[in-house]
Amino acid sequence: MDALDVARWQFGVTTVYHFLFVPLTIGLSVLVAILQTMWHRTGNERYLKLTKFYGKLFLINFAMGVVTGIVQEFQFGMNWSDYSRFVGDIFGAPLAIEALVAFFLESTFIGLWIFGWDRLPKRAHLASIWAAAIGTNLSAYFILAANSFMQNPVGYRINADTGRAELTDFPAVLTNKVALVTFPHTLAGSFLVAGSLVVAVGLWHLIRNRDSADTGAYRFATKFGSWVVLVASAAVLFTGDIQGKIMTDVQPMKMAAAEGLYTTESPASFSVLTVGSLDGSRELFAIKIPYLLSYLGTGDPNGTVHGINDLQAQYASQYGAGSYTPIIPVTYWSFRFMIAFGMAAGAIALLVLWSQRKGRTPSSKWLLRAGLAMPVLPLLANSFGWIFTEMGRQPWIVFGEMLTRNGVSRSVSLAEVLTSFTAFTLIYATLAVIEVKLLLRYARAGVPDVSEQPPIDDTTDDAERPLAFAY
Amino acid sequence: MELTTIWFLLVAVLFTGYFILEGFDFGVGMLLPVLGRDDRERRVLINTIGPVWDGNEVWLITAGGAMFAAFPEWYATLFSGFYLPLLLILLALIARGVAFEYRHKRPEVSWKRRWDAAIVVGSLVPAILWGVAFANILRGVPLDADHEYVGGLVDLLNPYALLGGATTLALFLTHGAVFLALKTTGDIRERAGALAVRLGVGAAVLAVGFLTWTLSIRSSAAAVVLAVGAALALLGGLAAARVRREGWAFTGTAVAIGLAVATLFAALFPNVLPSTLDAAGTLTATNAASTPYTLKIMTWVAVIFTPVVLAYQGWTYWVFRKRIGVANIPQH
Repeated sequence: MDALDVARWQFGVTTVYHFLFVPLTIGLSVLVAILQTMWHRTGNERYLKLTKFYGKLFLINFAMGVVTGIVQEFQFGMNWSDYSRFVGDIFGAPLAIEALVAFFLESTFIGLWIFGWDRLPKRAHLASIWAAAIGTNLSAYFILAANSFMQNPVGYRINADTGRAELTDFPAVLTNKVALVTFPHTLAGSFLVAGSLVVAVGLWHLIRNRDSADTGAYRFATKFGSWVVLVASAAVLFTGDIQGKIMTDVQPMKMAAAEGLYTTESPASFSVLTVGSLDGSRELFAIKIPYLLSYLGTGDPNGTVHGINDLQAQYASQYGAGSYTPIIPVTYWSFRFMIAFGMAAGAIALLVLWSQRKGRTPSSKWLLRAGLAMPVLPLLANSFGWIFTEMGRQPWIVFGEMLTRNGVSRSVSLAEVLTSFTAFTLIYATLAVIEVKLLLRYARAGVPDVSEQPPIDDTTDDAERPLAFAY
Repeated sequence: MELTTIWFLLVAVLFTGYFILEGFDFGVGMLLPVLGRDDRERRVLINTIGPVWDGNEVWLITAGGAMFAAFPEWYATLFSGFYLPLLLILLALIARGVAFEYRHKRPEVSWKRRWDAAIVVGSLVPAILWGVAFANILRGVPLDADHEYVGGLVDLLNPYALLGGATTLALFLTHGAVFLALKTTGDIRERAGALAVRLGVGAAVLAVGFLTWTLSIRSSAAAVVLAVGAALALLGGLAAARVRREGWAFTGTAVAIGLAVATLFAALFPNVLPSTLDAAGTLTATNAASTPYTLKIMTWVAVIFTPVVLAYQGWTYWVFRKRIGVANIPQH
């Protein structure tokens, strides 16, 4: 074990952890904004209750996303300073723009929304949640543009004197085809999580508190969330399909590694299950669907998909001796888990909708169990998706330009990285337990009573009036 | 003006803004057990910064991002070199941020106690360590010819840097007390005002000592003017605090912190991280900078979006301009 290994583990752990909160922030901000808009449009108290209820869950999650996000920005400089030196000219720009354009918007307006119930005119208050939601979704674009440069570097040149990458075409970086498809894919994956949470919490109340006066609200929430999940599932599939073709084009090794495809095939079949040899160089056993991989990767059932061994030989002659193959079991299984867990959420959403057909109220224990599992499934899918796309890029940190092992900080010792990895793991684990317990507590509490709304107008003397919301 | 100079100024402005804004957040957090005698009073204190602390912290994220984009070598050397202090700052900011949001989510006293501790420690640690870090940036650190940090943790804990840490601590405490006197009513307001004056005297002594030492390490005409301005602003703020002119007192401490940070940057320029070893290791606004193309794009982005950000963030402060007191704290 050396500093490089620990730095990689730390990046993996902190990033996957951060991305447990991000999808919920991205998706739920918009769903809460939609619920509040419906309240404004209809004046129906049900939507206000749901806005406040899911808004509370959203905020418990939001805090975690914010604080774990700062670590991400600092980490590049702390653990990956040689990477930062190499790509700073290109990579720093989207990060800075993300902060200036998106994070300020998100954080300022979320503060206005939380504390502004009795301080802002109704419309301005509604606009605040939309501004925060837009900021959140916008931030995803810039960070994905930065990540896409690592997958498929564009719009740059290498300065022969300094050995560093230099930006030559910023619009090209922002319109990287990997970024253009990863952005909707990530958003769809996020709405999958948010919609699932809305369903799970709503369904729990619907089945457990059958006599509740708020059954109508929960019934609406489960349907609303289910439709969000279904639309998001379709979007995930559609964008994922395009992504597969782009990946086959720009990172053929990643596609081959996703499939455990060792030799180039045309037509190539999709592997349902492949068991490889221990050293990962050949397959021992496989169940396959003919033509499918060719179609997924190239759009043509007879298209050529390059195999791991051929690509390895090609890269070795192109970049010099060494292994250019990711860890195949990791890429192969994470790819499959991503798809399976993601699709499972969509399937359960269909069941939930079916259970409520023609005004029925669901009562099945099995449906409840499946519903409660729902938010976990797309969270796992998102995590495996990131593990796949980042591990599938290895051994590169910037594909074709810089190896991961050359990006690590030279001045940081093993003891230092270990200290930091241990500290983050401990504080993150502790906060995870606290956060989940709080979420469950507030989810169980159900929609709030909104009959005693403080007056919205701000004209009367209110020196003694309690705030509508206080920490 | 050269693009690298513009970006040096922008990074300076972002850190200045960060310290002015999160400076009082830190102060409020540290004063929680001092000025908040019971749970309702502590909630008053926390709610003075409740709507704004997150937006204030984005100044740091933007400063870090700007540093990365405009001066990647500075960002890379600084963040990998100041490893453990930055780690502690991150852990503190994590605990503190979550604490604001979670503290009131359960009624148990033990639960609130723990989050109170997170707020106090989470504010105290960065309040000291930012001073230590910026003093070291000005003083210079051991960098080899490749701009890699070759010192250890001990090199960062020199007397000058520790004085820097004590100075930011005292300034942020004063700034926080002045802010609380401005934003609260009743008893808390009175106690905060009285405390601000006492804290301010200590802060003034430390700040004058630290800035004098700073100018003896490296200096420029602009730095001297800014340092004198910082001292005068702090004294003016203290005088206003004494006669309970809270708006002026806050203006005074805000300007003092701003000018003190500006003094450091003015004394530093054109270097961004001097080396105490090989002169070739010194990072400057030129050799640490990105290409002119990147800087030009970033300049356009900054020119367009900074006024917008300032406008809506300023508006937030206007929306939440009212003082709050224990009567405003809801039962639940």
